[in-house]
Amino acid sequence: MFDMVGKRFLFFLISAVVILIGIVSLVVFGLKPGIEFSSGSMMTVSFEQEVAQSELKQELVNLGYPNVIIQRTGEGDFFIRTPELTGEDKAALESALSARFGSLAEREFYSVSPMVAEETAHNAAIAVAVAAVGILLYITWAFRRMPRPLHYGTCGIIALVHDVLVVLGIFSILGAILGWEINLMFITGVLAVIGYSINNTVVVFDRIRENLGKGISPDFEVVVNGSLVETLSRSLNTSLTTIFVVLALLLFVGASIQNFAVVLLIGIIVGTFSSLCIAPTLLIVWERGEWGKFIQWLPLPPAKAKGG
Amino acid sequence: MAKRNTLTLIIILALFVFAICALIYPLFGREEMRLGLDLQGGIHMVYEADLSQVEPGEEASVIEGVMAVIGNRINPLGVTEPIIQRQGKDRILIELPGIDITDKEKERLSRVAILEFGELAADDEEAKWENELGRWKPATALIDGEERVLTSRYFKENTYVDRDDLGRIELSFEWDEEGSKLSEIITGRLIGKPLGMFEGDEPLLGEDGIPIAPTVQSTIVDRGVITGLSYNEATSLSKQLNAGRLPVSLKILYDQTVSPLLGVDFIDMSLKAGLIGIILVMLFMIIYYRLPGVLASLALIFYGALVLAIFKLVPVTLTLAGIGGFVLSIGMAVDANVLIFERMKEEFRTGRMLGAAIEAGFNRAWAAIRDSNVTTFIVCIILYWLGSSIVASAPVMGFALTLFIGVAVSMFTAIVVTRTLLRLFLGTPLAKKTSLFSAYSGRE
Repeated sequence: MFDMVGKRFLFFLISAVVILIGIVSLVVFGLKPGIEFSSGSMMTVSFEQEVAQSELKQELVNLGYPNVIIQRTGEGDFFIRTPELTGEDKAALESALSARFGSLAEREFYSVSPMVAEETAHNAAIAVAVAAVGILLYITWAFRRMPRPLHYGTCGIIALVHDVLVVLGIFSILGAILGWEINLMFITGVLAVIGYSINNTVVVFDRIRENLGKGISPDFEVVVNGSLVETLSRSLNTSLTTIFVVLALLLFVGASIQNFAVVLLIGIIVGTFSSLCIAPTLLIVWERGEWGKFIQWLPLPPAKAKGG
Repeated sequence: MAKRNTLTLIIILALFVFAICALIYPLFGREEMRLGLDLQGGIHMVYEADLSQVEPGEEASVIEGVMAVIGNRINPLGVTEPIIQRQGKDRILIELPGIDITDKEKERLSRVAILEFGELAADDEEAKWENELGRWKPATALIDGEERVLTSRYFKENTYVDRDDLGRIELSFEWDEEGSKLSEIITGRLIGKPLGMFEGDEPLLGEDGIPIAPTVQSTIVDRGVITGLSYNEATSLSKQLNAGRLPVSLKILYDQTVSPLLGVDFIDMSLKAGLIGIILVMLFMIIYYRLPGVLASLALIFYGALVLAIFKLVPVTLTLAGIGGFVLSIGMAVDANVLIFERMKEEFRTGRMLGAAIEAGFNRAWAAIRDSNVTTFIVCIILYWLGSSIVASAPVMGFALTLFIGVAVSMFTAIVVTRTLLRLFLGTPLAKKTSLFSAYSGRE
């Protein structure tokens, strides 16, 4: 039978490296909050004539918006993000731009005041906290009949934290490189991913419980591996069908839903990995108390010396 | 058994036909899908009213007045389903779907509400307003040698609606000291003539869409009544007059304005995404599971039609994020089928007959299907709460609602529809060909 759990230290190493890079990026670059959380105005304009992004930026700086952020969309429009604009500010800005670059059409305007931004951030934080508690309660309930509910619950939660850390880390890198922001849809995507990932973990753990009951082997490692292999095609197939539709969203709907689709895509891949490779193998490590072995397994010079 | 399956199939087909009809034809008064701002354009704004000048206890009536004024300003824009709502203590939300609004019109929506009274202008005089009742100029009078316009600022107290001895509707008002002097001169001059009411460039309209312009019956000094209005008209007018008495300034807290042109692209693009997503999932299911995959694909088509029909009939306001939730639910919808088919495969390998393997697969997979969807429901409920508690609510609520409906319906279609199709199929000669069941033929 295909040996999944035997590669557990390799899985841990992969996760550790990805998470470490993400944490470094989070510390160095942080996350860029969108205007829903930090207030400000954002507009999408399209010019009739061809306009160079650098010239547009220069013009906006001259108009008194030194911190303006400009992005070109796929259709040749421009996202212009500024501090909060009043009606007059906006009228002045648009007339100055059309005087300089010819006529323009405003496709979208979005403005959030600091008070609303603060409320949104506050409530989003509460929602994340409530979701965490709700899912913890659910995990406790779902694993109540497991032989060691605490082990199963904790490993399930570690897998969740793992998923969230990877998604945050990757978004911090995307933010630093592409200027991607954390908006409400990002939070929505992360919560959807958490729900998705935990349900994969539950299916795998459920099978472990069933097989333990059948007593297919006295060796816990064999039971876990057998359960993993049995549920493998289900987990991969479900993830694949979901990845198909998310890819379709990403490719055909484009910019407006991009962050959201990317969160889902990364989240589904990471969530599938963690529920197959991390959560069940952690159970074995815990069962056997082999935490120290991972360090020894690492191909580091001192570890090698010790292992030899 | 076979009879029951046929009956279930008939019900499923009837539901399918119903869903398709609901999508094509207007049923229950739903002509079209309700689209969110990001898909059909329009504005969503939240104002904060400055209530610092308002006496405690009067906030509610002042806000109501301001809302009536905004409603009056929205009327001429021709929005089919405008929403004007009070939120919390001092906030007003407006949603105007499908409109292309200029910055000037937007500005006008939130201008301080002062009502001006007008009289008919003579032919050689300059008119400030023109409507079907004639050409109007502001009703003015000289006070201490200075020309003043009669406006809603001169009301002493809030106006109110009452009935006279004969039960007719009356709108009562009272002028302050200066207002009384103005009113005495103006109404004295206008007996038998109409007195118009204007807000900015627009006249105040009655229920019939005709401007309100009561005829002056006698000289009004400090207090008077307006008669001849319906109850609704009088209440609405009273609110607007009151809003003009204590002008409240509005600050924009949140503004989302989308050009209707932008949305058209999104509808096409997301339709394409949904369609391609469904086709990919169906191809995968058919290649991997063969015959059960074909049946699952049929169930998926049924699923798509049913969910969209529910969206239209409820109605669910579809936003881009909501469509994202729907498309995501397509991918997750087959999860239940995948769980069942995998279980069927295992049962078949342990030596059961095909029919028994199918039943066991469905029965044993149910616990996993139920448990695995619970987390998605928990997340949807929390997201819906989050959406309802914040100003920028539409995308979050849209996603939560469509994903919830999608997953709930998928549990039904994956279990009931696929099982019925498989059972019916077992009765046909094709069921002898186990190669149609892919991996089932590889019995160990």
